[in-house]
Amino acid sequence: MTVWTAREMREATIRGEMSATEMCRESLERIERLDARLHAFTTLDADGALARAAELDRRPLAERVVPLAGVPVAVKDNLCTRGLRTTAGSRMLEHFHPPYDATVVARLTAAGAVVVGKTNCDEFAMGSSTEHSAFGPSRNPWALDRAPGGSSGGSAVAVAANLVPLALGSDTGGSIRQPAAFCGVLGLKPTYGRVSRYGLIAFASSLDQVGPFARTAHDAALVLNVIAGVDPYDATCSVRPVPDFTASLTGDLRGLCVGIPRDVVGEGVDADVMRAFETGIDVLHERGAQVVDVTLPHARYGIPVYYLVATAEASANLARFDGVRYGFRAADASTLAEMYERTRDLGFGAEVKRRIMLGTYALSAGYYDAYYLKAQQVRTLIRQDFDRAFDRVDVVALPTTPTAAFRLGEHLDDPLQMYLADVFTVGAPLAGLPALSMPCGFTQAKLPVGLQLIGRMFDEATPLRTADAFERDTDWWRAAPDSPR
Amino acid sequence: MADALSQADVERIAALARLALTEDEKILYARQLTRILEFARQIADLDTRDIPPTASVLEQESLERADCERPSLPRNDALANAPDAAAGLFRVPRVLGDGA
Repeated sequence: MTVWTAREMREATIRGEMSATEMCRESLERIERLDARLHAFTTLDADGALARAAELDRRPLAERVVPLAGVPVAVKDNLCTRGLRTTAGSRMLEHFHPPYDATVVARLTAAGAVVVGKTNCDEFAMGSSTEHSAFGPSRNPWALDRAPGGSSGGSAVAVAANLVPLALGSDTGGSIRQPAAFCGVLGLKPTYGRVSRYGLIAFASSLDQVGPFARTAHDAALVLNVIAGVDPYDATCSVRPVPDFTASLTGDLRGLCVGIPRDVVGEGVDADVMRAFETGIDVLHERGAQVVDVTLPHARYGIPVYYLVATAEASANLARFDGVRYGFRAADASTLAEMYERTRDLGFGAEVKRRIMLGTYALSAGYYDAYYLKAQQVRTLIRQDFDRAFDRVDVVALPTTPTAAFRLGEHLDDPLQMYLADVFTVGAPLAGLPALSMPCGFTQAKLPVGLQLIGRMFDEATPLRTADAFERDTDWWRAAPDSPR
Repeated sequence: MADALSQADVERIAALARLALTEDEKILYARQLTRILEFARQIADLDTRDIPPTASVLEQESLERADCERPSLPRNDALANAPDAAAGLFRVPRVLGDGA
């Protein structure tokens, strides 16, 4: 199987060695052949994708020299695509066709990327396994009985199985990095505010951030160059200038200081995961990075803080799904109140209802101070821990997840166990920090393991530079499941 | 912080959230939410006096745009996904009684 990177595809298109149409057809052919087993996609847009690729091929050469010329991409199904069904993994939006593109989608298309379809996700991005999609789970291409992680599981699978070289996901508590780790690809959550959230169906507005899945750090940097930057449609999108992230990929780690929070990774981590993580840290050290211990004393409170803050925001954001303006509406309600309640009961799945109620409770009179306000205060302590760590180090390294991919159904009856899968990923979004997960090895059962790198606010360049240098000395990024077993 | 959630608590929360739940769901969510809240209770012991809450991680950087007229989403596009629309409006069940 040929594993193309986006960079190679772009260069082949620009040199005229392979047309955008040929690359698009190859991607669609693989999807057609493999996706019945993987279920990475909820909606394909073969005709639209081929039309856009053909339009790109008709352009004069000078107009084809764009950052993602002819590269097939997949987009998580909670990002609006004009005229193309956008479900957020929910029955509530099963037939929703947005009247506009999310800013990130518009920017990808303007950069020459060809959107081939929408990828499966946990309903409204709530989950850590993609089993909470109303349209059925995606499957991990390394072992079909395993979860791909979530909530952006479909996007991770699409890249891991080489259906597309790039995909977009969204990360609220780890929904890009955790599935990237489970599927053996690179996933980047940018700094909060680096990328526009306009057209991203909101889950938790102070945490949500869109980012890429890719095979290499260079490909992720290419995408971030395209999607980052101020957007008049999103007032929380930063006005800071966007550097050229590919220019930071020098391969040189001399002078870099990597901090390991031993107090956080000390217990509860699977032995195979820990071994791969430590070996990965050795590679960074051999490349010239200094490695020191740091402490994050409040990191252990990350899960309760995250699940109180995120669900509170979700309960407010999902109030808009009432069956009036878009989406599903329950039939035969005789009053407006009955219509709201029945619509939401039938339209939402169990995990979404659970989170809406948890958030409603945390915000309700009598409990607001004890739960929501307290969680927001502890969130400040978590941020301050990172501030202190970054006084000493340039990047913080952690295993992305405590275990490799778990079996489908393993945690479905125990929501708290599922939430604990996010133990190492919730800290970065609570503090607004950029973080990526890169493949750093396999367990003895041949399941991928991810190494997470967290950077300072608006310094995506350092984790990307570190990952790129790591890729120069390792082959984990090349590993791809030949044929889903 | 609260003790175990009763089914009545779950009914009250569901009503606030505009969710109609079955009896089985009320039992299930009372048990699951109690367990999650018990886990969340560990933050209660932390001393957070004088710690400001984090509502947003951004030190804003206020983004402003010109105060000028712009075209809105065309009405037909806005109504295109509506479950029920008529005369250019969203249609919902009657809110006021006949005699109102």
